[in-house]
Amino acid sequence: MLEVQGLEAAYGRSQVLFGVDLAVGEGQVVTLLGRNGMGKTTTVRAIMGLNRPRAGTVRFRGGTVSGLAPERIARRGIGLVPEGRQVFPTLTVRENLVATAADRERRARPWTLERVFALFPRLEERHWQRAATLSGGEQQMLAIGRALMTNPTLLVLDEATEGLAPVIRAEIWQVIEALKAEGQSILLIDKNLGVLRRLADRHYILEKGRTVWSGSGGDLDRDADTVRRLIGL
Amino acid sequence: MARAAVEPGLRPLAWEMRGRVALALAFVLLAALPFVLPLLGAQAVVGLATRMLIYAIAAASLNLILGYAGLVSFGHAAYYGVGAYVVGILYAHWASDEPLLGLVPGTDQFLLAVPAAVIVSGLAALVLGALSLRTSGVQFIMITLAFAQMLFFLFVSLDHYGGDDGLIMRRPNALLGLNLRDDATMYLVALGALALYLLLLSRIVRSRFGRVLSGIRQDERRVIALGIEPYPYKLAAFVIAGMGAGLAGALMANMTRFVSPDMLHWTKSGEFMIMVILGGVGSLFGPVLGAACLIGLEYVLAGLTEDWQFYLGPLLVLVVLFARGGLSGLLGRRAGVGGSDG
Repeated sequence: MLEVQGLEAAYGRSQVLFGVDLAVGEGQVVTLLGRNGMGKTTTVRAIMGLNRPRAGTVRFRGGTVSGLAPERIARRGIGLVPEGRQVFPTLTVRENLVATAADRERRARPWTLERVFALFPRLEERHWQRAATLSGGEQQMLAIGRALMTNPTLLVLDEATEGLAPVIRAEIWQVIEALKAEGQSILLIDKNLGVLRRLADRHYILEKGRTVWSGSGGDLDRDADTVRRLIGL
Repeated sequence: MARAAVEPGLRPLAWEMRGRVALALAFVLLAALPFVLPLLGAQAVVGLATRMLIYAIAAASLNLILGYAGLVSFGHAAYYGVGAYVVGILYAHWASDEPLLGLVPGTDQFLLAVPAAVIVSGLAALVLGALSLRTSGVQFIMITLAFAQMLFFLFVSLDHYGGDDGLIMRRPNALLGLNLRDDATMYLVALGALALYLLLLSRIVRSRFGRVLSGIRQDERRVIALGIEPYPYKLAAFVIAGMGAGLAGALMANMTRFVSPDMLHWTKSGEFMIMVILGGVGSLFGPVLGAACLIGLEYVLAGLTEDWQFYLGPLLVLVVLFARGGLSGLLGRRAGVGGSDG
């Protein structure tokens, strides 16, 4: 469904991506791994069109999306949960969820407020609070809920559990597992290898802006030494 | 928490009820004002209060784009002036019995002239907004200012409609047999218009459209990343704001029975901005307080000294420095109403 080939991107003059390849299939959970500063977030930004790729192609559901404006790429069905959550602080929880909601594919079972509240009961309890008053974990839940409300074909989670308390992390992993069970395709950036190994179908490792390793969970164990070196664990 | 409470009510119901009661009370008090003031021997204040109400409409309309969408338009007086001129020009053609451009007959009917003013200023906002909104930040401020000044000079150069001197209307528009020359009647018409426009704005702000506008102000790229193109939202808000300003201009033309290019001057745009900032950016009733306060201060200070603007300046600086959220923010902290994003 998502195929990225030879993706290159830069911030001004400094090039960050030198050739990223990855693919996410229908219903798959795929991870993007690597040490800090290797280009994971830049890859996500380039896929979303937030950073215009310098070279390479991004194909999504059969069509080329590289070069399109970011809102058009999002409309094709990529829902981003950005790094650092980035909810709308002065809107209430409910307004955050509803403001950008859409069901462009007319899904049989679209995401609704009720379904998101069922997934994250804490959000229902705080539905009238301003997002700025939520804890970090609750804001993360809100960012995930907000992306789900756009009924994305592919959900992209950039460091969704970073800096959160273990209890909250576990709750978010549970939700991601539930989404996977429903057949949601997901691209994950995270460092929590233990959980990812269990959850994901395929892994890609970036080093210095290139895809240098890819494989399944089993491959991850077989190449444990290489993997450990590449992601610095 | 019960599902029923979750559905449309955004906040606990008691809150909403309290707000509504307070609003209804304020409306009744305001409506009684023109009948009470003469008893206190302050007949002249009715006209002043009417000006406050009309400016409040203009300021509230600017607040939709400035406060909610974060668009700093420095040319809002253009739409106010266009609205006023539509009323004035239609009246002039009615009086001289010559159709405008040989096509459009003039009118002195309030219910034709005022809606026409609202529509024409909305169209002006659509055209100028469509161009201005291609820019952002400082460029947007400058381009809205530039377009407003272009319109200002256009009306200055229209000798047929009085040019620099403006247009005098011998009588206000006719409205269902009411006498708009009567201070109390004009006041009540302005109050009704303000109430309707605020009602419309509160609906807009609470709608999904309004929330997207707030999202755009907070971070345009976040909204984009969620698949929303900001431009149509901003343009729609710009047009609704322009129409509000046109309504205010049309009412002012009726009240003063005079329109002039001064109504489009950039200092008028500045005054509208001051009203919004003074009252509270991004709160529903802030601009109303701001307009009342600025006009009131102007009146009081101008009565005390000729150099009233000299004293007004520092007051504004104090508000900006110490009362973030403006007057409505200050009051809100005390009474639990108002505040940003109302």
